[in-house]
Amino acid sequence: MNGFEWIVPVILTVITAATPLVFAGIGELVTEKSGVLNLGVEGMMVIGAVAGFVTATLTGNYLLAILAAALAGSFMAFLFGILTLSLMANQVATGLALTLFGVGLSALIGQDFVGVPVEKLPQLNIEGLSDLPIIGAILFGQDILVYFSFVMVGAVSWFLYKTKAGLILRAVGDSHDAAHSIGYSVIGIRYLAVIFGGAMSGIGGAYLSLAYTPMWAENMTAGRGWIALALIVFATWKPGLVLVGAYMFGGITILQLHAQAAGLDLPSQILSMLPYLATVIVLVLISKDESRIRKHAPACIGKIFHPAA
Amino acid sequence: MAPDQVRKLLVLLKIEKRPEPSRSMIYATPVLALLLTILTGIALFTFLGVDPLEALKNFFIVPINNPYGFTELLVKATPLVLCAIGLSVGFRANVWNIGAEGQLTMGAIVGGGVFIYLHDVDSVFLLPLMVIFGIIGGALWAAIPAFLKTRFNANEILTSLMLVYVAILVLSLLVHGPWRDPDGFNFPESRTFSESATMPILWEGTRLHFGSIIALLVVFGTWIMLSKTLIGFQIKVIGAAPKAGSYAGFSQKKIVWFCLLFGGAMAGLAGVAEVSGPVGQLLPSISPGYGFTAIIVAFLGRLHPIGIVFAGLLMALTYLGGETAQINLGLPVAVTGVFQGMVLFYLLACDVLVNYRFRFAQFGKAAS
Repeated sequence: MNGFEWIVPVILTVITAATPLVFAGIGELVTEKSGVLNLGVEGMMVIGAVAGFVTATLTGNYLLAILAAALAGSFMAFLFGILTLSLMANQVATGLALTLFGVGLSALIGQDFVGVPVEKLPQLNIEGLSDLPIIGAILFGQDILVYFSFVMVGAVSWFLYKTKAGLILRAVGDSHDAAHSIGYSVIGIRYLAVIFGGAMSGIGGAYLSLAYTPMWAENMTAGRGWIALALIVFATWKPGLVLVGAYMFGGITILQLHAQAAGLDLPSQILSMLPYLATVIVLVLISKDESRIRKHAPACIGKIFHPAA
Repeated sequence: MAPDQVRKLLVLLKIEKRPEPSRSMIYATPVLALLLTILTGIALFTFLGVDPLEALKNFFIVPINNPYGFTELLVKATPLVLCAIGLSVGFRANVWNIGAEGQLTMGAIVGGGVFIYLHDVDSVFLLPLMVIFGIIGGALWAAIPAFLKTRFNANEILTSLMLVYVAILVLSLLVHGPWRDPDGFNFPESRTFSESATMPILWEGTRLHFGSIIALLVVFGTWIMLSKTLIGFQIKVIGAAPKAGSYAGFSQKKIVWFCLLFGGAMAGLAGVAEVSGPVGQLLPSISPGYGFTAIIVAFLGRLHPIGIVFAGLLMALTYLGGETAQINLGLPVAVTGVFQGMVLFYLLACDVLVNYRFRFAQFGKAAS
């Protein structure tokens, strides 16, 4: 295996860069499947990042930290729900507001925690298995959230396509009037979907501040919430493809970490641009086939529901 | 009992669509949102262990109770108003350009770049040339999402936002590399702009500059455009009723192009006015998020030019107030961001009153 030693660390960093996107993407996918477009992913992620970090530094308990992040994300999503579902505010504008508010609030909460060190989220270590060459570290040496992210993709996929509740959720997203007239609570189902999206975004944010770069910095999500939104378009609203896309973007993100080591002499700024440029390019490639988007996008996405009765 | 009837019984407070949007509520909700923000602010300050009255005074009164403070308010409001005017035209037509921060940065780069290459030129035409290039730079940056939207159907929200990060990285690349001041001890800064590349100061001893007058002209011009020209009419129709617009033969693509180019041009103008005004050189960071705060300004100003002026002044005050409260009371400067986000949140919540009204459902009726 001479000459291939670099491949394990590269794969390991791709995994850490992709995991936040998997969480945020799969959460928002469920939200969008119910017909709600929550553009506040970035705000929910950054709040999750600070909530997770603060809890971890204060209690030293990572499980509690992850729970706090999920709760904080859900709370933000709940605010979004109140505005868009109960008060029927414009979803695009409210999503933007959620992001602006989240960035401000997280900076306020985290101001005493800038530069505070925190131990990285511990990684699985199974005697024998984790020490195996190559696959040991990749398959058996990850932290709990990496495994959880895969579980969530599987669970969401199963829920959406194999359960009745998932069918109802998709029905609400495709035709809220029809779902309402059969007697389903459109607003209630959407609240649940939005809150689930918030919890997942919160955990994705916490992954950034606890595992990807174990620290807190203002605005540390750096546009990942928006990239997660683009991922869903890329994945044409399919859970499995969200996973593929997240790993693709993870790969592009870590290029800058490894390019210099590989002797590539490019300014760091050029490499840092790549994920953003890749997002634009991917959006263009996927969106240019308008009929494909229309076929896969939830028909009611972004539309306000107000029962006429 | 059918589930629907049960719900009617449970929910006493009903939201009912108004036959027509309420005119008075359109003007009342920004004020209401502001009051709610201040009330929440009082709670927040108390929680942070600061006397809320003292904090509010430091936030909203101390910064502007002297002439210099007042000019600073205008200095900060100028880029906000310029960006928000540009965005508001797009928002009216459901063109969601949220990348004003990037267009502002690109305006600063292209406009400032004119000075970098002509730095030894001493001419009255230098500044106007910079301003024109700044406008073009911002417009070209916004032309990318416009092209991708009209040609490839790519969502302009995501593309315009991604380009914000790219523009900031381009600026960083330039000031760390080719545009770095040769006499600047390797700091990532360009040379300081010369006299002829600097916005004239309107009031000696302050930073109030000619850009504020340009902003006022833009406000007035946009007002005329929206109320008196065909394109302004088309924007309003497409925004209010997209189908009516297309039946009338208005080109949706043309509107997208116009809105993005106009928004980009105004943000670019704001950017070049900043670097040739209060900033005075190219730095890695030239804006405290004016392009994003401008989104709040546009909504708070009801997408109307005059409203935007007031909203811009108010949001500028939150920047100044944040600084004052930090110096005098040791409050974290991040409070500004929370305040700004909260205003927009409350505004969107209160806006339900424009299109809907609350009614107490009657028991008897609901149960029948």
